[in-house]
Amino acid sequence: MATETLTLGKALNTGLRKALENDPKVVIMGEDVGKLGGVFRITDGLQKDFGDQRVIDTPLAESGIIGTAVGLAIRGFRPVCEIQFDGFVYPAYDQIVSQVAKMHYRSQGKVRIPMVIRIPYGGGIGAVEHHSESPEAYFAHTAGLKVVTCANPQDAYSMIQQAIASDDPIVFLEPKRRYWEKGPVELDAPLSEAYPLHSARVARAGTDATVLAYGPMVRTCLDAATAAAEDGRELEVIDLRSLSPLDLTAAYESVRRTGRCVVVHEAPGNLGLGSEIAARITEECFYSLESPVLRVTGFDTPYPASRVEEEYLPDLDRVLDAVDRTFGW
Amino acid sequence: MAKGDPGVTTRGRRAAPRSKRTASANAGDPALVQLLTPEGERIESAIGPDGTEYRVDFTDEEYRGLYRDLVLVRKLDAEATALQRQGELGLWASLLGQEAAQVGSGRALRTQDMAFPTYREHGVLYCRGIDPIMPLGLFRGVDQGGWDPNEFKFNMYTIVIGAQTLHATGYAMGVHMDGKTGTDDGEAVIAYFGDGATSQGDVNEAFVWASVFNAPLVFFCQNNQYAISEPLERQTRVPLYQRAGGFGFPGVRVDGNDVLASYAVTRHALDNARLGQGPSLIEAYTYRMGAHTTSDDPTRYRIASEVEAWQAKDPIARMKAFLTTQQIADADFFASVDEQARAESVHLRERVLAMPNPEPVTMFDHVYPNGSPELDEQRAQFSKYMESFEGSAH
Ligand SMILES: Cc1ncc(C[n+]2csc(CCOP(=O)(O)OP(=O)(O)O)c2C)c(N)n1
Ligand SMILES: [Mg+2]
Repeated sequence: MATETLTLGKALNTGLRKALENDPKVVIMGEDVGKLGGVFRITDGLQKDFGDQRVIDTPLAESGIIGTAVGLAIRGFRPVCEIQFDGFVYPAYDQIVSQVAKMHYRSQGKVRIPMVIRIPYGGGIGAVEHHSESPEAYFAHTAGLKVVTCANPQDAYSMIQQAIASDDPIVFLEPKRRYWEKGPVELDAPLSEAYPLHSARVARAGTDATVLAYGPMVRTCLDAATAAAEDGRELEVIDLRSLSPLDLTAAYESVRRTGRCVVVHEAPGNLGLGSEIAARITEECFYSLESPVLRVTGFDTPYPASRVEEEYLPDLDRVLDAVDRTFGW
Repeated sequence: MAKGDPGVTTRGRRAAPRSKRTASANAGDPALVQLLTPEGERIESAIGPDGTEYRVDFTDEEYRGLYRDLVLVRKLDAEATALQRQGELGLWASLLGQEAAQVGSGRALRTQDMAFPTYREHGVLYCRGIDPIMPLGLFRGVDQGGWDPNEFKFNMYTIVIGAQTLHATGYAMGVHMDGKTGTDDGEAVIAYFGDGATSQGDVNEAFVWASVFNAPLVFFCQNNQYAISEPLERQTRVPLYQRAGGFGFPGVRVDGNDVLASYAVTRHALDNARLGQGPSLIEAYTYRMGAHTTSDDPTRYRIASEVEAWQAKDPIARMKAFLTTQQIADADFFASVDEQARAESVHLRERVLAMPNPEPVTMFDHVYPNGSPELDEQRAQFSKYMESFEGSAH
């Protein structure tokens, strides 16, 4: 079996290539996805190999990208739309929320929109405004959409293919600051044997406290777990992977063992994914909890200027601080 | 610093037109309004698509002033690019190649006029008499603009493509509602955007609104031929200026590398707007000589010969040729401009290096005009948390 070491970005690129090879109805569309290969090069080389009918540089209009992708989907295509940065998805928000999400429901199941909306998201790259946001809650709050996010190259490779193969419209969030991180990827494993798309996974087993994270924060939490282990505390880190639907089975099992739970995300805390997760954990694990479920999140401000983003973003210290607080309760 | 508005009225010795050629002699693109050829030859007047005759009547002093502006904005821009390369700015969007479109239109603004820029209008900003340091906080990552649009008659930069065209339209509607149009000293508004932006819904909505409300607005599109990697053909099948017709207002294409023509068409459009004659669209035909931003690698999508062809149309070289052959400026003048540009860029650099990083706690400031109890609580907790590291190596 071919296992290669790839960056997360290259794993996505390789997964997209496979999807284009496997299904002639898969089309990629977005701004600068062709010759340039996208501003992060995730579609690098694909237009060259599959032509400009399958890898389409679109006019500069996000509502247009998603709206025309709806039409293509009705026509039987499987559009994979790239939104250049998180902060530029909002011109398409109307199409996503009012059209993409509701077609199946309104048509009583007669229309499927097998669309993937890829969005590089999150901060930590020193970017100017609108390039570092975490909009996942807006989408997870919308019935009819599914929302997933990958945290390592292997998941990037298989999840993007699973998302494209899925008949649901899926918002596929890519942790842009992790694009350059490397990991092993099994290239030949059949998709049918890949870990299920909408399932969470234990990223590191532990016994003392449960840390739930997704996307860019999984790496941060794994680092925190390494640091905690040096102090003799074993954190269990769970990579949620799917934000809608949420799969908290592993989390419930874990929290019942550890009695402590910290949820971590970059997005602002107020009505973020962490709020829903904390509520569900509390409902399911109430009698096992030694402390309230704590959240470590971005603050309830607009994403700040990049020179202070390090303080805005949850980091190892803030994760460990929250873990400490669950012990001091 | 930037000089004052050159105006249309002239003082001192008039630079007599040196050529009786008209723009129809411009075989390359008969629709292009041009008053100064790439070779530096002056064209006396040019006729726009609706029959408007464009001309300028500058004194020698004013011609030299425009040249000085062009050189200064290019030099300051190059300094910002260098600062980015050295890690002092997070990003820079260079205006290289677009100096004439920006200086021409920027100088055409009257004091009372309002401008809505994208993220690339450093030249317009300079011509408004604004300190060029002002937008650098955004690119350095110490703020997100932070200036008062009304104080400078210059809105904050807008990165979300096309959004500012609607803001400009609303502002212009307000000017109209305030009764500030209909006279020579009325107010006008200018909205800057790119060729790529013309595909956005917002921009097309702005065209509709400005049109039906007869807003005193000039849509100034710098067609620099690219939206990052995508060439103009990906946004349009008709010349952009012709789009105006469908929305019910005039459109004109100007040589955006010709500072004189850019000035003339913008001045005319602004004056029409302030007189109550409604919006118009200017397509300034130009070229982005550099990368889209410092993050971009244009060799992936365009060929060197294309860039070279545009190099021959350089806005500064043609102005210099004109000033030289007409003996409006001599070597001493050119040297003094270069020296001024050098000094201003050194000054800019020093001040960028001295820009302090914001205190982290300031990220909680200005979310709401009158605060919010929840956020105040978060700020307090954050401060306490940060204090817990004091004295440690954090
Ligand atoms: C709504 C939105 N989508 C995408 C982007 C990313 N982006 C930044 S600049 C740009 C191209 C803009 O092209 P154009 O309007 O021609 O202006 P230019 O940069 O050439 O001056 C794109 C796609 C953005 N800033 N905003
Ligand atoms: Mg452009």
